[in-house]
Amino acid sequence: MTRLMASFRIALRALVVNKMRSTLTMLGIIIGVGAVVAMIAVGSGAKQRIEEQIASMGSNLLMVESGSATSGGFRMGAGTTATLTVGDAKAIETEIPGVKYVAPSIRGVAQLVYGNQNWSTGVLGTSPEMIEIRGWAVSSGRPFTEQELDGAVKVCVLGKTVANNLFAGIDPVGQVVRIQKIPFTVTGVLMPKGQTTWGQDQDDIVFVPLTTAQRQLFGQAFPGMVRNIAVQAWGPDEVKQVETQIIELLRQRHRIQPNQDDDFSVRNLTEMMSSREESANVMSILLGSIASISLIVGGIGIMNIMLVSVTERTREIGIRMAVGAKSRDILFQFLIESLILSLAGGILGIGIGMIGTIILSSFTQWPILFSPQAIFLAFFFAGSVGVFFGFYPARKASLLNPIDALHYE
Amino acid sequence: MDRAGKAVDTMAEAKARMEPSGTANHTVIQVQDLTKVYRFGEVEVHALRGVSLKIQRGEFLAIMGPSGSGKSTFMNILGFLDQPTQGEYLLEGMSGARLSRDELAEIRNQKIGFVFQGFNLLPRTSALENVELPMVYARTSRIQRKDRAQKALSEVGLAGREHHHPSRLSGGEQQRVAIARALVNQPSIILADEPTGNLDSKTSVEIMGIFQRLNRDLGITIIMITHEPDIAFYAKRNIHFRDGRVVDDHENSPLLAGAGGGPS
Repeated sequence: MTRLMASFRIALRALVVNKMRSTLTMLGIIIGVGAVVAMIAVGSGAKQRIEEQIASMGSNLLMVESGSATSGGFRMGAGTTATLTVGDAKAIETEIPGVKYVAPSIRGVAQLVYGNQNWSTGVLGTSPEMIEIRGWAVSSGRPFTEQELDGAVKVCVLGKTVANNLFAGIDPVGQVVRIQKIPFTVTGVLMPKGQTTWGQDQDDIVFVPLTTAQRQLFGQAFPGMVRNIAVQAWGPDEVKQVETQIIELLRQRHRIQPNQDDDFSVRNLTEMMSSREESANVMSILLGSIASISLIVGGIGIMNIMLVSVTERTREIGIRMAVGAKSRDILFQFLIESLILSLAGGILGIGIGMIGTIILSSFTQWPILFSPQAIFLAFFFAGSVGVFFGFYPARKASLLNPIDALHYE
Repeated sequence: MDRAGKAVDTMAEAKARMEPSGTANHTVIQVQDLTKVYRFGEVEVHALRGVSLKIQRGEFLAIMGPSGSGKSTFMNILGFLDQPTQGEYLLEGMSGARLSRDELAEIRNQKIGFVFQGFNLLPRTSALENVELPMVYARTSRIQRKDRAQKALSEVGLAGREHHHPSRLSGGEQQRVAIARALVNQPSIILADEPTGNLDSKTSVEIMGIFQRLNRDLGITIIMITHEPDIAFYAKRNIHFRDGRVVDDHENSPLLAGAGGGPS
């Protein structure tokens, strides 16, 4: 222990005496560790953002969209014609095991008016389950009920953005807003969800009962039809199975021949997001590896300087050996020197990496996340680099012949 | 045959050393038929061609000889920095043959103090810390280290200059620091390799004064290489080397260096 303490003090002295050189040597490690910390923070930030989105979208979710209309050989986009019915939704709910919730919906854009304020937004006619499925929650008031759905009552639930724009400083619950001039009573306001990855404001939305929307708002074009059926499976394992069963069921219900295309489409949102998460993972591994390379380059820098330092201090090593330093003492001295350099560089690198990342994210609005494990790993990695690249020069120093070293000029 | 005889000889010597003796005449160094051959590829250089001598405790010995006479090689062997090709060297009855690097380092640390021509102090390190160095490797406690280093420095007349770095000390002062460093682990011998080679004559006499005082007052055995005859006069015994052999070995009535340097 005293041996190590003595070597530590000697090493520290040598580093302090050569401040400039020590700083320059550390620079490589500082940049390497800083890059690793920054890259991991950006990578895991992106990953966390995607995970949040998956959670906010609702888990184990399948979206059944009505198919594209074909008009004179031109195929329009998905949902341009309503091929799905409320009956389809009912059938999915009752006939397919593994289904937790089913929520059919239609959607349109409407002008909302309250007092002298007005706001144009997307109106989603759906069932109360939709709120559950998409992972929404009500922050004040209540969602509309099954009874209100059955009775086509004119009630609505406002997204936070809509509520903020129409009701400045007033509690919207219980107030009456006009949607396309038709009065609706506000039963609740949703908890904000923020933006999607592609920057869409998820809170700019109004929920109304499906029946009300069909009869009062957008129903005229396709009576009894829905644009979209959201299906939630009980668990992640059932999603795939439910998906094939929905396709089978709907082809049967729509009387589609085996050689014909589906007139609907089923999208597995969880799968889509998982693949996004996967690519974010690959990205952060890639960034991390590139950053690690700079850390290794930093280590080679340490080795270089330590080799120069050993040559430069050959005489000092000779003096130390003459007065009784053993090989181990010299080995430890130089090894500890490179270890101090790399660990100090590691600590500074972590600090600079974190500051740099915070500055970067304040400019780019990228999400960042510092995980203690990643920081510890970077520090540990820096230490290993120091020992690994410091060993060769230290060993070289410890094996010098004392006579030659003493007479080295 | 010859070898066996020598072995018996050294056994007897060792026995003699074991016996308590009140006299100061006590063998510290015993060298028998020491040879050293350096090989540079095909060429063999015989640096030492059979050197035998005994050095008693409390001697002050000057080794002289032209360059290439083998005196530096001899010094390196005495200092456990190098091993002889043949022959035997015993320091206080202890042989360095077959010892590992680290064991040799330990002997150097405990038994030998070195003083070099070029001082060989650590740069950018205070006098005190330079003197502490051998004790660092002897695992002496910090407090004791500081205490003993301070005493050694005042022994050589440098009290009050402990915190100066070598660059701010004169040549003579640097050599005094080196002597303090050589003293500090209470070695059996001090080996000085041309200690005045880099000093002017006035300072040289001061350094000799210090050596004489350490030798006289503390009874420290000093072996010094020099090629200046007037420096050799300060020693009690002079040995001349030529072509790897001792050609002359005589007692000397030493010149006194007076009160040069330090409290005496």
